[in-house]
Amino acid sequence: MEKEQLGLVLAELFPAMEVVTSGEHVRVKAAPAEFHKLATTLRDDSRFQFDFLFNLYGVDREDKFSLIYNFESTKLGHIIDIETDLADHDNPVMDTVSDLWKTAEFQEREIYDLMGVKFSNHPDLRRLFLEDGWGFPLRKDYKDDINFIER
Amino acid sequence: MPFNIYDFSGTTKAVDQFLYSTMSPTWAFVVELAIVGIIILLVYAVVGLYLVYAERKVCAFMQNRVGPNRVGKWGLIQTIADLIKLLMKELVVIRKADQLLFNIAPFILIIASFMAIAAIPFAKGLQAVDFNIGVFYMMAVSSIGVIGTLLAGWSSNSKYSLIGAIRSGAQVVSYELSVGLSLLAVVIFSGSMQLSVIIESQANGWWIFKGHIPAIIAFVMFLVASTAEINRGPFDLAEAESELTAGFHTEYSGIRFAFFFLGEYMNMFIVASLAATVFLGGWMPLHIGNLAGFNHVMDFIPPIVWYFGKTVFIIYVIMWFKWTFPRLRIDQLLTLEWKYLLPINLVNILVIAFIVLMGWYIK
Amino acid sequence: MQEVEFSDILTAQEDGDYIVNIGPQHPSTHGVMRFVVSLKGEMLDYVVPHCGYIHRGIEKMCERMTYPQIIHLTDRMDYLSAHMNNEAVSILVEKALGVEVPERVKYIRTILSELQRIASHQLWWAAFGMDMGGLTCFFYGLRDREKILDIFEESFGSRLLHSFICPGGLMGDIHPNFQKRTKEFITYFRKKLPEYDQLLTGNIIFEQRTKGMGIMSKEDAISFGATGPTGRGSNFACDIRKKFPYSAYDKVDFKEILYTEGDSWARYKVRVDEMWESMKIIEQLIDNIPEGDYSTKMKPIIKLPEGEYSQRVETAKGDLGVFVVSKGEKYPYRMHFRTPNFSNLFVISQLCKGNKIADLIAISGSLDLVIPDIDR
Repeated sequence: MEKEQLGLVLAELFPAMEVVTSGEHVRVKAAPAEFHKLATTLRDDSRFQFDFLFNLYGVDREDKFSLIYNFESTKLGHIIDIETDLADHDNPVMDTVSDLWKTAEFQEREIYDLMGVKFSNHPDLRRLFLEDGWGFPLRKDYKDDINFIER
Repeated sequence: MPFNIYDFSGTTKAVDQFLYSTMSPTWAFVVELAIVGIIILLVYAVVGLYLVYAERKVCAFMQNRVGPNRVGKWGLIQTIADLIKLLMKELVVIRKADQLLFNIAPFILIIASFMAIAAIPFAKGLQAVDFNIGVFYMMAVSSIGVIGTLLAGWSSNSKYSLIGAIRSGAQVVSYELSVGLSLLAVVIFSGSMQLSVIIESQANGWWIFKGHIPAIIAFVMFLVASTAEINRGPFDLAEAESELTAGFHTEYSGIRFAFFFLGEYMNMFIVASLAATVFLGGWMPLHIGNLAGFNHVMDFIPPIVWYFGKTVFIIYVIMWFKWTFPRLRIDQLLTLEWKYLLPINLVNILVIAFIVLMGWYIK
Repeated sequence: MQEVEFSDILTAQEDGDYIVNIGPQHPSTHGVMRFVVSLKGEMLDYVVPHCGYIHRGIEKMCERMTYPQIIHLTDRMDYLSAHMNNEAVSILVEKALGVEVPERVKYIRTILSELQRIASHQLWWAAFGMDMGGLTCFFYGLRDREKILDIFEESFGSRLLHSFICPGGLMGDIHPNFQKRTKEFITYFRKKLPEYDQLLTGNIIFEQRTKGMGIMSKEDAISFGATGPTGRGSNFACDIRKKFPYSAYDKVDFKEILYTEGDSWARYKVRVDEMWESMKIIEQLIDNIPEGDYSTKMKPIIKLPEGEYSQRVETAKGDLGVFVVSKGEKYPYRMHFRTPNFSNLFVISQLCKGNKIADLIAISGSLDLVIPDIDR
């Protein structure tokens, strides 16, 4: 599906969401509460068929966290970015999509490890790279007095 | 035998008579044992060290490399330097290992191979003990080595070692059967288990030529099964350095490790000499039927050269296996033995028995 | 949303499991990777990969580095695909700034990437053979890889971490001998590649160890995001060079290698065939490198306009994505790398189920993992 058409169909299906088609890919801003529902639709609807979650990353925007999911449909060839904002900066919790895409399990573990975003219903949410008790280094307010040189 | 200048039995008899004439029989016996022991020990050490050198050179040849070439001419004393290094290395004491078993395991392995070497006929008359059940003795003694492997793996208190040792146990016990059965082929042909008799029976042709296709099958079976029995690649599952780091000798260091290393190479030597003795005529020169001139020329080459030539050839083949084949998996290894080698061997034995009964082989 | 409890304990582990740690210092993990393996005899009960032993926090470091500096960090992720990693960041910066690089740069980038791909696959082939116990393979692979590294060394002085491709073009022009030596290499390697097949491909032991082992279905490959040759062995058409051509890939004719079996054997064949395809690509380009500058003039301080950018390239291991959130400064606000090995690694738990411990090594070898790329 073409970018504009994809944006139109999405805007029609989810009127509450903001759909931006001006960028390189279609970008949808979804609320965390209904994200899992949106994700299920994106994967299972025959018009979308986003079966390949090729990337998932988080951004600490200082007052909130944004999680950006990049989906691709291997059958239809279109790409979509979905952004969700987690307003609670101290204790961000998000629904897992690891039941829909297996790769999400590990991408989410990475985000939990480095940003401290927790994923509810995640089957095995442990730290991936760092030790237990380490801070969350990709947060902007992360401080490490020993290994960090402030400019 | 028309040509006897290379016969060692005269020399050994003379030494024997000299000893018994100069001292009491008990002392003569003791001195004889000591002489034989020292000679075998020397042969053992030299052969072991140069097998390691040979392996490194063959491996280098297979891998487009030069191999050791710095210590001594062509790197000839490289392995001696290595041995000195290993002798000086610390023997790491593992606190949670079973100390007694951990310490005796390498010796069991070494002793087993040492005992086997006693029965090997290097040349006519150059054999420490000529048992009338020589083949059986070699089989029995070389199987003791697996106890060393098992003990090493068990006592190290390491999981890698344990897996390696258990694998080794399963492997050696299985392949023992095929080794025995393929040796039995020649035992049937020659009608004796005595190694000297087996060699004498090959004066007019080696068994691999005289015994038709069944003997060749038995030879190939023996090569495959014995490579597996001595835990060498592609059957080196007990070590499997890409899976188990070093298998049963992961925890060993210094000279104890060197013992395992040496033991492995000596086992290869024993297996190769057994194959050379039983299938390729041992020290017996190559004789072709009634070509008297040719046979006479062949007789001029000393038996010890014939013996080592054949052994080295088989060792080369075994090394060739190791450096070109990937490793098997344990279930494939056991499948190969129980589903292929063993049935083929059993049928082969039956065929050979029939051939011998009908007298269809070259006598 | 309800409060959820999170445990930091390995959930699969029970008392009485026979746990063996493969790694972090283990010859077959190709780096510092640790697999916690539970065994039932020789059979694998479960495999849990543990990473992070060489986590360097590249993403965090990027937040305090300028874009030309970041180039040098990307080398250190997948060191066997250094050119492609550099290329990904360079293309992203060029795209964000709207800079058009000269044709010459595109051609050279493509050639370098393909040479790098061959070198990476050679090292993989060598190491895969070694994992299987065929120690000779290692020397055959490295012998030929050396030739490529020599070409690299002559042109830009480094053999492994090149940092040669930079935003705006290349760090310098290629060596005058580059074309000649590359062509010599192609002629040489066309003769040598069949040796690889002779040594390993037709070997019955190798076939038994790989055929039907570690089967990954196409659905699993997509769901796990297993890309590159690992995914293409499962008939997952994931070649970025075909899907979203970059550099000069739209000008060359090559085949995307796809196998349907999805086992270790298919992954092996994909990589061996890809070496042939890469040689074809280089042959099409090497004589036609246009004259011109090796770089466009870039501002001394590169500031990306505010916004979010992404670029995907095909490295030797798979789909590398670079994602940048910029606030208009000379440092990225957030930089994320979607590294191919990260996604490829976690397939292993599934592939190893019901296989033997020796297969763990064979399967992880067939996935072609580079650990620094996972840990970043």
